[in-house]
Amino acid sequence: MDAARTMTVVRSSATASARTTPRFEDEVTKLIDVSKCIGCKACQAACTEWNDTVQPIGYFTGSYQNPPDLTANMFTLMRFNEWVNPKSGELEWLIRKDGCMHCADPGCLAACPAPGAIVQYANGIVDFVHENCIGCGYCVKGCPFDIPRYSAAPAKAYKCTLCSDRVAVGDGPACAKACPTEAIVFGTKGEMLHHAAGRITDLKSRGFESAGLYNPDGVNGTHVMYVLPHADQPELYSNLPSDPHVSPWVRVWKGAAKTYVSLAAMAALIVGAVVHHAAGGANRVSEKDEQAAKKLIEGKE
Amino acid sequence: MAADQAGITFVKRHALDVRITHWIVALCFILLALSGLAFFFPPFFFLTALFGGGETARILHPWIGLVLALGYLYLFLRFVGACLWHSDDSRWISRLGQVMSGHDENLPEVGKFNAGQKLYFWAMALLILVLLASGVITWNEYFAHATSIPAQRIAVLAHSIAAALAILGFIVHIHMVTWEPGTLRAMVNGTVSGGWGWKHHRKWLREVVSAGRAKPGTNAPPAE
Repeated sequence: MDAARTMTVVRSSATASARTTPRFEDEVTKLIDVSKCIGCKACQAACTEWNDTVQPIGYFTGSYQNPPDLTANMFTLMRFNEWVNPKSGELEWLIRKDGCMHCADPGCLAACPAPGAIVQYANGIVDFVHENCIGCGYCVKGCPFDIPRYSAAPAKAYKCTLCSDRVAVGDGPACAKACPTEAIVFGTKGEMLHHAAGRITDLKSRGFESAGLYNPDGVNGTHVMYVLPHADQPELYSNLPSDPHVSPWVRVWKGAAKTYVSLAAMAALIVGAVVHHAAGGANRVSEKDEQAAKKLIEGKE
Repeated sequence: MAADQAGITFVKRHALDVRITHWIVALCFILLALSGLAFFFPPFFFLTALFGGGETARILHPWIGLVLALGYLYLFLRFVGACLWHSDDSRWISRLGQVMSGHDENLPEVGKFNAGQKLYFWAMALLILVLLASGVITWNEYFAHATSIPAQRIAVLAHSIAAALAILGFIVHIHMVTWEPGTLRAMVNGTVSGGWGWKHHRKWLREVVSAGRAKPGTNAPPAE
């Protein structure tokens, strides 16, 4: 919660009054330029070092991707894909640093039932507050990018914090600091959009006509953006979704309308029951009924 | 099965095993509804305090659910024979207005359970099945990787809808007990007055009498 003491929370899970008036704070963004990445994994190493997580040693499975997937101890993962470009016939090694996208419209936060367990700061960072987390795993269902990972012990969900504890004191994320090629840069959203535009112009001038920015509208933009040489096919980059959005199932489940409909129905039924009882009176057994039953039982009917 | 001082004859209605199971299921249902509403609707999150906090409520909820499912399975097996639908049930339910205005005399004679009770029995059986299946799918602690995330999203929505419907049914269930005095003792003492049987379940009372299971003055009156 250190970050929350220095940064303004604008949205908080399961809390109606969370939209406090934000004081002026620039939105921050991490820009990952896939075209500059050399796959060294310095970002992964820096991430585990700063967050003090230990990913157990696994097995070599024929890919540089290690571990094979994000885990509760590995908040960021270099995903490797070998792809033959049908236009050029050349093999392209597509490497994408996967991790939380820090959506402007976070599905994890919408799904979370525990007040204050997921917060969004005015600067755009979406953070898990583990002291409030109850370990239900709803955030996993809410996320359109399949990012949060459930840890068995403690039974809570974990993901990239965008180094909120570093950002809170004016520093950048550990991964950006460690990147040797400046493939990861960090700054205000405006600066990063400007920087990305320059990179895209450069890529286009060098033959990558489809180069572009990944800042998907389906989640109102993200605070982790990619520069992709093949921005028309984001799926090439280890299934980066082309149109991510919070699932309609989650929207219906968490929709205020449905919540209020069910509660209104319960309340109406209770009121109806009370009125029914009060207006018509109880449906009592009469003395006549008892006498009739007595006759039946004594064999006189 | 007994006549008391006031001349009211009591008839055995529910066996001890049924009554014990019923109250276990009832207790589980209330605990599940309280913790479930806390997870479903943030203003009710404070209810998790009854369970020792959000985390313990999250741990306990599925286990209580399993106890309820097992208890209901027992009740299902005990009651399913008496809850089969007959043509009289359709006639009874089509005169729901007469039922709700207390005009039992205009209704077909009712066996052990009336059509409303049978509907409640089958609806709860179906809803508990949905709740059990969707609950296992979303039991993150043990089954997080058993199904895909899209399947879990559908399951968690199905779980909420089924739970809301079950709570609506539960409200009606409670209302009918309080609206028809003399009903609660069927699940507490296990007996009902003869008049209660005559008024609400005449066919059942006739069966009990003709089977010789309701003899006047054979037992001491149940304490109340």
